[in-house]
Amino acid sequence: MNEFRSTRRQFLAGSARLAAGAGLASIVAVEPARATPEALQGAIAEIIGEAPLRQGRVTLDLPSLVENGNAVPLTVAVESPMSEADHVTAIHVFNEKNPQPYVLTARLGPRAGRARIATRIKLADAQRVVAIAAMSDGSFWSASADVIVTIAACVEGLQ
Amino acid sequence: MTAAPPRRRTLAGLAFAALAAVAAAAAEIPVIQAMQDDDTANPGMLFVLDGEAAWNRKAGAANRACADCHGDARVSMSGVAARYPAFDESRGRPVDLEQRIEMCRGERQQAPPLQFESQELLALTAYVARQSRGQPIAIADDQRTRKFIDAGREIFQRRQGQLNLSCAACHDDNWGQKLAGAPVPQAHPTGYPLYRLEWQSLGSLQRRLRACMSGMRAEPYAYGAAELVDLELFLMKRAEGLTVETPAVRP
Amino acid sequence: MTARILINVPAKARRGEIIEIKTLISHPMESGFRVGFNGALIPRDIITRFVCTYNGEEVFRAELSPAIAANPFIAFSTIATESGTIAFAWSGDNGFSAAEFATITVE
Repeated sequence: MNEFRSTRRQFLAGSARLAAGAGLASIVAVEPARATPEALQGAIAEIIGEAPLRQGRVTLDLPSLVENGNAVPLTVAVESPMSEADHVTAIHVFNEKNPQPYVLTARLGPRAGRARIATRIKLADAQRVVAIAAMSDGSFWSASADVIVTIAACVEGLQ
Repeated sequence: MTAAPPRRRTLAGLAFAALAAVAAAAAEIPVIQAMQDDDTANPGMLFVLDGEAAWNRKAGAANRACADCHGDARVSMSGVAARYPAFDESRGRPVDLEQRIEMCRGERQQAPPLQFESQELLALTAYVARQSRGQPIAIADDQRTRKFIDAGREIFQRRQGQLNLSCAACHDDNWGQKLAGAPVPQAHPTGYPLYRLEWQSLGSLQRRLRACMSGMRAEPYAYGAAELVDLELFLMKRAEGLTVETPAVRP
Repeated sequence: MTARILINVPAKARRGEIIEIKTLISHPMESGFRVGFNGALIPRDIITRFVCTYNGEEVFRAELSPAIAANPFIAFSTIATESGTIAFAWSGDNGFSAAEFATITVE
Protein backbone atom coordinates (compact mmCIF):
# COMPACT_ATOMS: atom_id res chain seq x y z
CA MET A 1 0.00 0.00 0.00
CA ASN A 2 1.59 3.24 -1.07
CA GLU A 3 1.67 5.90 1.61
CA PHE A 4 0.67 9.26 0.16
CA ARG A 5 -0.42 12.33 1.98
CA SER A 6 -4.16 12.41 1.44
CA THR A 7 -7.21 14.29 2.55
CA ARG A 8 -8.77 13.06 5.77
CA ARG A 9 -11.76 11.51 3.98
CA GLN A 10 -9.57 9.51 1.63
CA PHE A 11 -7.31 8.42 4.47
CA LEU A 12 -10.27 7.08 6.42
CA ALA A 13 -11.59 5.35 3.32
CA GLY A 14 -8.18 3.82 2.78
CA SER A 15 -7.97 2.64 6.37
CA ALA A 16 -11.44 1.19 6.13
CA ARG A 17 -10.38 -0.75 3.06
CA LEU A 18 -7.34 -2.04 4.91
CA ALA A 19 -9.44 -2.97 7.90
CA ALA A 20 -11.88 -4.79 5.65
CA GLY A 21 -8.95 -6.88 4.50
CA ALA A 22 -9.33 -6.05 0.83
CA GLY A 23 -7.16 -8.34 -1.26
CA LEU A 24 -6.43 -5.76 -3.92
CA ALA A 25 -3.71 -3.21 -3.29
CA SER A 26 -5.23 0.25 -3.46
CA ILE A 27 -3.37 3.42 -4.15
CA VAL A 28 -4.67 6.50 -2.40
CA ALA A 29 -4.28 9.24 -4.94
CA VAL A 30 -3.05 12.64 -3.88
CA GLU A 31 -5.77 15.19 -4.54
CA PRO A 32 -4.50 18.66 -3.73
CA ALA A 33 -7.29 21.11 -3.09
CA ARG A 34 -7.93 23.13 -6.21
CA ALA A 35 -9.12 26.67 -5.95
CA THR A 36 -12.14 27.14 -8.12
CA PRO A 37 -14.11 30.24 -8.95
CA GLU A 38 -16.37 29.13 -6.07
CA ALA A 39 -13.47 29.03 -3.64
CA LEU A 40 -12.47 32.49 -4.82
CA GLN A 41 -16.00 33.80 -4.21
CA GLY A 42 -16.00 32.11 -0.81
CA ALA A 43 -12.73 33.76 0.17
CA ILE A 44 -14.05 37.14 -0.95
CA ALA A 45 -17.31 36.63 0.95
CA GLU A 46 -15.32 35.94 4.11
CA ILE A 47 -13.82 39.42 3.84
CA ILE A 48 -16.76 41.52 2.69
CA GLY A 49 -19.65 39.66 4.28
CA GLU A 50 -22.91 41.21 3.11
CA ALA A 51 -21.37 44.52 2.02
CA PRO A 52 -21.40 45.43 -1.66
CA LEU A 53 -18.20 45.21 -3.64
CA ARG A 54 -17.65 48.37 -5.65
CA GLN A 55 -15.57 48.64 -8.79
CA GLY A 56 -13.05 51.45 -8.92
CA ARG A 57 -10.40 53.25 -6.85
CA VAL A 58 -8.20 50.15 -7.02
CA THR A 59 -5.55 49.67 -9.68
CA LEU A 60 -4.16 46.18 -10.05
CA ASP A 61 -0.98 46.08 -12.12
CA LEU A 62 -0.02 42.72 -13.52
CA PRO A 63 1.61 41.83 -16.83
CA SER A 64 -1.07 40.46 -19.15
CA LEU A 65 1.26 37.73 -20.33
CA VAL A 66 4.09 36.10 -18.42
CA GLU A 67 6.42 33.42 -19.62
CA ASN A 68 6.81 31.85 -16.24
CA GLY A 69 4.31 31.87 -13.42
CA ASN A 70 6.87 31.46 -10.66
CA ALA A 71 7.45 35.13 -9.86
CA VAL A 72 4.89 37.45 -11.41
CA PRO A 73 5.36 41.08 -10.32
CA LEU A 74 2.16 42.56 -8.90
CA THR A 75 1.36 46.08 -7.74
CA VAL A 76 -1.87 47.22 -6.11
CA ALA A 77 -2.56 50.93 -5.68
CA VAL A 78 -5.69 52.45 -4.12
CA GLU A 79 -6.87 56.04 -4.53
CA SER A 80 -7.21 57.30 -0.99
CA PRO A 81 -6.14 60.38 0.98
CA MET A 82 -4.77 58.01 3.65
CA SER A 83 -5.84 60.43 6.34
CA GLU A 84 -7.07 59.51 9.82
CA ALA A 85 -10.61 60.04 8.64
CA ASP A 86 -10.37 58.27 5.32
CA HIS A 87 -7.85 55.56 4.60
CA VAL A 88 -7.34 52.02 3.36
CA THR A 89 -7.24 49.56 6.23
CA ALA A 90 -6.38 46.47 4.22
CA ILE A 91 -5.63 45.22 0.74
CA HIS A 92 -6.59 41.61 -0.01
CA VAL A 93 -5.42 39.80 -3.12
CA PHE A 94 -6.97 36.55 -4.34
CA ASN A 95 -6.49 34.22 -7.27
CA GLU A 96 -8.78 31.95 -9.20
CA LYS A 97 -6.88 28.82 -10.19
CA ASN A 98 -3.98 28.17 -7.81
CA PRO A 99 -4.45 25.30 -5.36
CA GLN A 100 -5.74 27.79 -2.82
CA PRO A 101 -7.40 31.21 -3.35
CA TYR A 102 -5.34 33.50 -1.09
CA VAL A 103 -2.39 35.53 -2.23
CA LEU A 104 -1.69 38.29 0.25
CA THR A 105 -3.33 40.51 2.84
CA ALA A 106 -1.65 43.81 3.65
CA ARG A 107 -2.68 45.90 6.66
CA LEU A 108 -2.24 49.64 6.23
CA GLY A 109 -3.18 52.81 8.03
CA PRO A 110 -2.75 56.58 7.88
CA ARG A 111 1.00 56.19 8.45
CA ALA A 112 1.36 54.58 5.03
CA GLY A 113 1.04 57.91 3.27
CA ARG A 114 0.15 56.12 0.07
CA ALA A 115 -1.84 52.93 -0.43
CA ARG A 116 0.44 51.05 -2.77
CA ILE A 117 2.09 47.67 -2.35
CA ALA A 118 4.17 45.53 -4.65
CA THR A 119 5.25 41.93 -4.49
CA ARG A 120 5.83 38.87 -6.66
CA ILE A 121 3.32 36.05 -6.81
CA LYS A 122 3.02 32.53 -8.14
CA LEU A 123 0.38 31.80 -10.73
CA ALA A 124 -0.30 28.17 -11.54
CA ASP A 125 -2.21 28.80 -14.72
CA ALA A 126 -3.74 31.52 -16.85
CA GLN A 127 -6.33 33.06 -14.51
CA ARG A 128 -7.91 36.08 -12.93
CA VAL A 129 -6.39 37.87 -9.96
CA VAL A 130 -8.64 39.99 -7.74
CA ALA A 131 -7.61 42.80 -5.39
CA ILE A 132 -10.00 44.16 -2.76
CA ALA A 133 -9.40 47.30 -0.71
CA ALA A 134 -11.11 47.61 2.65
CA MET A 135 -11.69 51.27 3.62
CA SER A 136 -11.94 52.87 7.03
CA ASP A 137 -15.57 53.76 6.31
CA GLY A 138 -16.40 50.07 5.92
CA SER A 139 -16.70 50.09 2.14
CA PHE A 140 -14.99 47.62 -0.18
CA TRP A 141 -13.58 48.38 -3.61
CA SER A 142 -12.11 45.96 -6.09
CA ALA A 143 -10.30 45.47 -9.36
CA SER A 144 -9.30 42.36 -11.23
CA ALA A 145 -6.82 41.44 -13.93
CA ASP A 146 -6.45 38.45 -16.19
CA VAL A 147 -2.99 36.97 -16.66
CA ILE A 148 -1.89 34.47 -19.27
CA VAL A 149 0.91 32.20 -18.13
CA THR A 150 2.89 30.32 -20.76
CA ILE A 151 5.52 27.74 -20.01
CA ALA A 152 9.10 28.52 -21.00
CA ALA A 153 9.90 27.00 -24.38
CA CYS A 154 12.61 24.56 -23.30
CA VAL A 155 11.15 22.18 -20.77
CA GLU A 156 13.74 21.39 -18.14
CA GLY A 157 14.52 17.75 -17.63
CA LEU A 158 15.30 16.20 -14.25
CA GLN A 159 18.44 17.75 -12.87
CA MET B 1 30.83 27.63 -41.03
CA THR B 2 34.24 28.30 -42.55
CA ALA B 3 36.41 30.88 -40.85
CA ALA B 4 36.00 34.26 -42.51
CA PRO B 5 39.13 36.29 -43.28
CA PRO B 6 40.05 38.25 -40.14
CA ARG B 7 39.01 41.72 -41.35
CA ARG B 8 35.56 40.68 -42.54
CA ARG B 9 34.96 38.68 -39.38
CA THR B 10 35.76 41.72 -37.25
CA LEU B 11 33.31 43.91 -39.16
CA ALA B 12 30.66 41.23 -39.08
CA GLY B 13 31.44 40.73 -35.42
CA LEU B 14 30.92 44.41 -34.67
CA ALA B 15 27.66 44.53 -36.54
CA PHE B 16 26.54 41.35 -34.87
CA ALA B 17 27.47 42.64 -31.45
CA ALA B 18 25.58 45.87 -32.11
CA LEU B 19 22.55 43.93 -33.23
CA ALA B 20 22.93 41.59 -30.31
CA ALA B 21 23.04 44.46 -27.83
CA VAL B 22 19.79 45.78 -29.24
CA ALA B 23 18.29 42.33 -29.41
CA ALA B 24 19.35 41.49 -25.86
CA ALA B 25 17.78 44.67 -24.50
CA ALA B 26 14.63 44.33 -26.56
CA ALA B 27 14.19 40.66 -25.78
CA GLU B 28 14.09 41.49 -22.08
CA ILE B 29 10.65 41.81 -20.70
CA PRO B 30 10.44 45.26 -19.05
CA VAL B 31 9.23 43.98 -15.68
CA ILE B 32 12.04 41.46 -15.53
CA GLN B 33 14.58 44.06 -16.62
CA ALA B 34 13.32 46.29 -13.79
CA MET B 35 13.76 43.42 -11.33
CA GLN B 36 17.29 42.90 -12.55
CA ASP B 37 18.33 46.54 -12.47
CA ASP B 38 17.35 47.17 -8.87
CA ASP B 39 19.96 45.63 -6.59
CA THR B 40 17.51 45.56 -3.69
CA ALA B 41 14.83 43.80 -5.73
CA ASN B 42 17.06 41.41 -7.68
CA PRO B 43 16.74 37.96 -6.06
CA GLY B 44 20.15 37.04 -7.50
CA MET B 45 21.70 39.61 -5.17
CA LEU B 46 20.68 37.50 -2.18
CA PHE B 47 23.07 34.85 -3.51
CA VAL B 48 25.76 37.45 -4.10
CA LEU B 49 25.45 38.37 -0.43
CA ASP B 50 25.92 34.71 0.45
CA GLY B 51 28.95 34.64 -1.82
CA GLU B 52 30.43 37.62 -0.04
CA ALA B 53 30.08 35.82 3.27
CA ALA B 54 31.68 32.69 1.80
CA TRP B 55 34.52 34.78 0.37
CA ASN B 56 35.38 36.01 3.83
CA ARG B 57 34.89 32.72 5.61
CA LYS B 58 37.89 30.55 6.47
CA ALA B 59 37.64 27.10 4.94
CA GLY B 60 39.46 23.81 4.56
CA ALA B 61 42.44 22.25 6.28
CA ALA B 62 44.51 25.31 5.41
CA ASN B 63 41.97 27.41 7.34
CA ARG B 64 42.12 30.17 4.77
CA ALA B 65 39.49 32.44 3.35
CA CYS B 66 39.46 33.59 -0.28
CA ALA B 67 40.00 37.05 1.14
CA ASP B 68 43.23 36.00 2.84
CA CYS B 69 44.95 35.62 -0.55
CA HIS B 70 42.78 37.70 -2.85
CA GLY B 71 41.94 40.56 -0.53
CA ASP B 72 39.04 42.77 -1.57
CA ALA B 73 37.17 40.99 -4.34
CA ARG B 74 36.00 44.30 -5.76
CA VAL B 75 39.60 44.94 -6.75
CA SER B 76 41.14 41.51 -7.26
CA MET B 77 38.19 39.93 -9.07
CA SER B 78 37.34 42.88 -11.26
CA GLY B 79 37.37 41.75 -14.88
CA VAL B 80 37.87 38.08 -14.07
CA ALA B 81 34.46 36.76 -15.05
CA ALA B 82 34.65 38.76 -18.28
CA ARG B 83 37.57 36.64 -19.45
CA TYR B 84 36.43 33.20 -18.35
CA PRO B 85 36.53 30.37 -19.46
CA ALA B 86 40.31 30.70 -19.67
CA PHE B 87 43.16 28.33 -20.37
CA ASP B 88 44.60 26.52 -17.37
CA GLU B 89 48.19 25.24 -17.65
CA SER B 90 47.80 22.45 -15.13
CA ARG B 91 44.79 21.00 -16.91
CA GLY B 92 46.02 21.74 -20.39
CA ARG B 93 42.60 23.00 -21.36
CA PRO B 94 40.20 25.85 -20.63
CA VAL B 95 38.27 25.85 -17.36
CA ASP B 96 35.21 27.88 -16.47
CA LEU B 97 34.83 30.09 -13.43
CA GLU B 98 33.14 27.42 -11.31
CA GLN B 99 35.99 25.00 -12.03
CA ARG B 100 38.60 27.68 -11.30
CA ILE B 101 37.02 28.39 -7.94
CA GLU B 102 36.85 24.68 -7.19
CA MET B 103 40.52 24.23 -8.09
CA CYS B 104 41.50 27.08 -5.80
CA ARG B 105 39.46 25.67 -2.96
CA GLY B 106 40.96 22.23 -3.37
CA GLU B 107 44.58 23.26 -3.88
CA ARG B 108 44.95 26.41 -1.81
CA GLN B 109 42.36 25.99 0.91
CA GLN B 110 42.55 22.19 1.01
CA ALA B 111 38.80 22.23 1.27
CA PRO B 112 36.55 19.40 0.13
CA PRO B 113 35.03 19.87 -3.32
CA LEU B 114 31.74 21.69 -3.71
CA GLN B 115 29.11 20.09 -5.91
CA PHE B 116 28.20 21.77 -9.19
CA GLU B 117 25.01 23.78 -8.64
CA SER B 118 25.46 23.68 -4.87
CA GLN B 119 24.29 26.83 -3.12
CA GLU B 120 27.79 27.69 -1.94
CA LEU B 121 29.50 27.27 -5.31
CA LEU B 122 26.77 29.28 -7.03
CA ALA B 123 27.00 32.01 -4.43
CA LEU B 124 30.79 32.27 -4.69
CA THR B 125 30.68 32.28 -8.49
CA ALA B 126 27.97 34.92 -8.48
CA TYR B 127 29.96 37.08 -6.06
CA VAL B 128 33.10 36.83 -8.19
CA ALA B 129 31.23 37.41 -11.44
CA ARG B 130 29.36 40.36 -9.95
CA GLN B 131 32.70 42.17 -9.69
CA SER B 132 32.81 42.27 -13.50
CA ARG B 133 29.35 43.72 -13.91
CA GLY B 134 29.32 46.54 -16.43
CA GLN B 135 32.51 45.38 -18.10
CA PRO B 136 32.69 44.03 -21.66
CA ILE B 137 33.21 40.33 -22.18
CA ALA B 138 36.81 39.91 -23.34
CA ILE B 139 38.04 36.38 -23.90
CA ALA B 140 41.80 36.52 -24.45
CA ASP B 141 43.08 35.84 -27.94
CA ASP B 142 45.00 32.82 -26.75
CA GLN B 143 46.56 30.43 -29.28
CA ARG B 144 46.08 27.58 -26.87
CA THR B 145 42.30 27.99 -26.64
CA ARG B 146 41.66 28.11 -30.37
CA LYS B 147 40.99 24.44 -30.85
CA PHE B 148 38.62 24.42 -27.87
CA ILE B 149 36.69 27.36 -29.26
CA ASP B 150 36.42 25.43 -32.53
CA ALA B 151 35.18 22.38 -30.62
CA GLY B 152 32.57 24.54 -28.92
CA ARG B 153 31.49 26.03 -32.24
CA GLU B 154 31.13 22.56 -33.69
CA ILE B 155 28.81 21.52 -30.85
CA PHE B 156 26.80 24.73 -31.28
CA GLN B 157 26.27 24.01 -34.96
CA ARG B 158 25.78 20.28 -34.77
CA ARG B 159 22.27 18.90 -35.18
CA GLN B 160 21.52 16.50 -32.38
CA GLY B 161 18.79 14.79 -30.43
CA GLN B 162 15.37 13.51 -31.39
CA LEU B 163 14.32 16.78 -32.96
CA ASN B 164 17.54 17.05 -34.98
CA LEU B 165 17.99 20.64 -33.89
CA SER B 166 21.22 22.50 -33.42
CA CYS B 167 21.74 25.46 -31.08
CA ALA B 168 22.47 27.54 -34.19
CA ALA B 169 19.15 26.62 -35.78
CA CYS B 170 17.33 28.68 -33.15
CA HIS B 171 19.89 31.07 -31.73
CA ASP B 172 21.67 32.08 -34.94
CA ASP B 173 18.99 31.57 -37.57
CA ASN B 174 15.76 32.31 -35.70
CA TRP B 175 16.52 34.65 -32.83
CA GLY B 176 13.77 37.21 -32.31
CA GLN B 177 11.09 34.77 -33.45
CA LYS B 178 8.74 33.22 -30.92
CA LEU B 179 8.84 29.68 -29.62
CA ALA B 180 5.80 28.72 -27.53
CA GLY B 181 5.12 32.38 -26.83
CA ALA B 182 8.64 33.15 -25.66
CA PRO B 183 11.06 35.17 -27.81
CA VAL B 184 14.12 33.19 -28.91
CA PRO B 185 17.20 35.07 -27.66
CA GLN B 186 20.56 35.16 -29.35
CA ALA B 187 21.80 33.18 -26.36
CA HIS B 188 24.63 35.36 -25.08
CA PRO B 189 25.63 34.30 -21.57
CA THR B 190 26.12 37.81 -20.27
CA GLY B 191 24.55 37.41 -16.84
CA TYR B 192 25.57 34.05 -15.42
CA PRO B 193 25.10 32.75 -12.80
CA LEU B 194 21.59 34.11 -13.07
CA TYR B 195 18.28 33.95 -11.22
CA ARG B 196 15.83 32.10 -13.38
CA LEU B 197 12.22 32.49 -12.31
CA GLU B 198 11.53 28.95 -13.49
CA TRP B 199 14.21 27.66 -11.11
CA GLN B 200 13.24 30.04 -8.31
CA SER B 201 16.93 30.07 -7.65
CA LEU B 202 20.29 31.06 -9.04
CA GLY B 203 21.76 28.68 -11.61
CA SER B 204 24.84 28.33 -13.75
CA LEU B 205 25.31 28.46 -17.49
CA GLN B 206 25.93 24.72 -17.47
CA ARG B 207 22.53 24.18 -15.91
CA ARG B 208 20.90 26.29 -18.61
CA LEU B 209 22.77 24.48 -21.38
CA ARG B 210 21.74 21.10 -19.98
CA ALA B 211 18.14 22.26 -19.76
CA CYS B 212 18.25 23.47 -23.35
CA MET B 213 19.65 20.14 -24.49
CA SER B 214 16.84 18.31 -22.68
CA GLY B 215 14.42 20.65 -24.39
CA MET B 216 15.94 19.74 -27.73
CA ARG B 217 15.48 16.10 -26.74
CA ALA B 218 19.21 15.52 -26.83
CA GLU B 219 21.20 13.77 -24.12
CA PRO B 220 22.63 16.57 -21.97
CA TYR B 221 26.35 16.47 -21.16
CA ALA B 222 27.21 15.85 -17.52
CA TYR B 223 28.10 18.77 -15.28
CA GLY B 224 31.76 19.64 -15.73
CA ALA B 225 32.03 17.78 -19.04
CA ALA B 226 34.67 19.08 -21.44
CA GLU B 227 31.94 19.59 -24.05
CA LEU B 228 30.04 21.97 -21.79
CA VAL B 229 33.13 24.03 -21.00
CA ASP B 230 34.05 24.16 -24.71
CA LEU B 231 30.54 25.33 -25.47
CA GLU B 232 30.72 27.93 -22.68
CA LEU B 233 34.02 29.18 -24.09
CA PHE B 234 32.60 29.43 -27.60
CA LEU B 235 29.49 31.25 -26.35
CA MET B 236 31.53 33.76 -24.38
CA LYS B 237 33.81 34.34 -27.38
CA ARG B 238 30.72 34.84 -29.53
CA ALA B 239 29.40 37.34 -26.98
CA GLU B 240 32.61 39.37 -26.98
CA GLY B 241 32.05 43.04 -26.36
CA LEU B 242 28.69 42.58 -24.67
CA THR B 243 28.41 43.78 -21.10
CA VAL B 244 28.51 41.43 -18.12
CA GLU B 245 25.23 41.77 -16.21
CA THR B 246 25.63 39.18 -13.46
CA PRO B 247 23.42 38.41 -11.61
CA ALA B 248 20.82 38.61 -14.36
CA VAL B 249 17.14 37.72 -13.99
CA ARG B 250 15.41 35.61 -16.61
CA PRO B 251 11.94 34.05 -16.93
CA MET C 1 21.70 28.92 6.25
CA THR C 2 20.82 32.33 7.67
CA ALA C 3 18.28 34.21 5.65
CA ARG C 4 19.83 36.92 3.49
CA ILE C 5 17.99 40.22 3.52
CA LEU C 6 18.15 43.27 1.28
CA ILE C 7 16.41 46.45 2.36
CA ASN C 8 16.01 49.67 0.44
CA VAL C 9 15.17 52.57 2.73
CA PRO C 10 16.35 56.10 2.00
CA ALA C 11 18.94 57.19 4.53
CA LYS C 12 17.48 60.68 4.70
CA ALA C 13 14.03 62.15 4.14
CA ARG C 14 12.10 65.37 4.73
CA ARG C 15 9.55 65.35 7.52
CA GLY C 16 6.19 64.27 6.16
CA GLU C 17 7.67 62.86 2.96
CA ILE C 18 6.22 59.57 1.75
CA ILE C 19 9.08 57.12 1.34
CA GLU C 20 9.02 53.80 -0.48
CA ILE C 21 10.54 50.82 1.25
CA LYS C 22 11.58 47.67 -0.60
CA THR C 23 12.44 44.42 1.14
CA LEU C 24 13.80 41.15 -0.20
CA ILE C 25 14.52 38.05 1.84
CA SER C 26 15.87 34.65 0.81
CA HIS C 27 13.36 31.88 1.48
CA PRO C 28 12.21 28.93 -0.65
CA MET C 29 8.49 29.62 -0.05
CA GLU C 30 7.72 25.97 -0.65
CA SER C 31 4.01 26.02 -1.36
CA GLY C 32 3.22 22.54 -0.11
CA PHE C 33 1.56 21.67 -3.40
CA ARG C 34 4.59 20.51 -5.33
CA VAL C 35 5.33 16.85 -5.80
CA GLY C 36 8.94 15.71 -5.44
CA PHE C 37 10.86 13.19 -7.49
CA ASN C 38 9.72 10.30 -5.28
CA GLY C 39 6.07 11.17 -5.80
CA ALA C 40 5.49 12.54 -2.32
CA LEU C 41 4.30 16.07 -1.61
CA ILE C 42 7.07 18.43 -0.57
CA PRO C 43 5.88 19.83 2.78
CA ARG C 44 4.88 23.46 3.03
CA ASP C 45 7.54 25.86 4.27
CA ILE C 46 6.63 29.50 3.86
CA ILE C 47 6.96 32.87 5.51
CA THR C 48 3.49 33.73 6.78
CA ARG C 49 3.94 37.19 8.26
CA PHE C 50 5.92 40.35 7.67
CA VAL C 51 5.75 43.32 10.05
CA CYS C 52 7.38 46.72 9.77
CA THR C 53 7.67 49.00 12.79
CA TYR C 54 8.86 52.60 12.87
CA ASN C 55 10.38 53.55 16.22
CA GLY C 56 8.40 50.73 17.72
CA GLU C 57 5.06 51.55 16.14
CA GLU C 58 3.65 49.15 13.56
CA VAL C 59 3.23 50.87 10.21
CA PHE C 60 2.75 47.93 7.87
CA ARG C 61 1.92 44.26 8.09
CA ALA C 62 1.45 41.57 5.46
CA GLU C 63 0.06 38.05 5.72
CA LEU C 64 1.67 35.87 3.09
CA SER C 65 0.21 32.76 1.48
CA PRO C 66 1.82 29.92 -0.49
CA ALA C 67 1.07 32.01 -3.59
CA ILE C 68 3.87 34.44 -2.80
CA ALA C 69 6.95 33.76 -4.95
CA ALA C 70 10.21 32.39 -3.55
CA ASN C 71 12.59 34.95 -2.08
CA PRO C 72 9.69 37.24 -1.17
CA PHE C 73 9.86 40.81 -2.35
CA ILE C 74 7.56 43.26 -0.59
CA ALA C 75 7.44 46.99 -1.31
CA PHE C 76 5.25 49.50 0.52
CA SER C 77 5.16 53.15 1.59
CA THR C 78 5.33 54.96 4.88
CA ILE C 79 5.53 58.59 6.00
CA ALA C 80 8.92 59.77 7.26
CA THR C 81 7.69 61.14 10.57
CA GLU C 82 10.90 61.37 12.60
CA SER C 83 14.47 60.12 12.74
CA GLY C 84 14.97 56.68 14.16
CA THR C 85 14.86 53.00 13.42
CA ILE C 86 12.67 51.19 10.96
CA ALA C 87 12.55 47.52 11.89
CA PHE C 88 11.47 44.54 9.79
CA ALA C 89 10.44 41.14 11.07
CA TRP C 90 9.54 38.00 9.15
CA SER C 91 8.07 34.83 10.66
CA GLY C 92 6.70 31.61 9.27
CA ASP C 93 6.50 27.83 9.18
CA ASN C 94 8.91 25.63 11.12
CA GLY C 95 9.63 28.42 13.57
CA PHE C 96 11.18 30.63 10.92
CA SER C 97 12.03 34.11 12.07
CA ALA C 98 14.31 36.84 10.72
CA ALA C 99 14.78 40.52 11.49
CA GLU C 100 16.56 43.49 10.03
CA PHE C 101 16.54 47.22 10.66
CA ALA C 102 17.49 50.46 8.98
CA THR C 103 18.10 53.89 10.43
CA ILE C 104 16.62 56.99 8.90
CA THR C 105 17.40 60.65 9.44
CA VAL C 106 14.39 62.91 9.05
CA GLU C 107 14.91 66.64 8.69
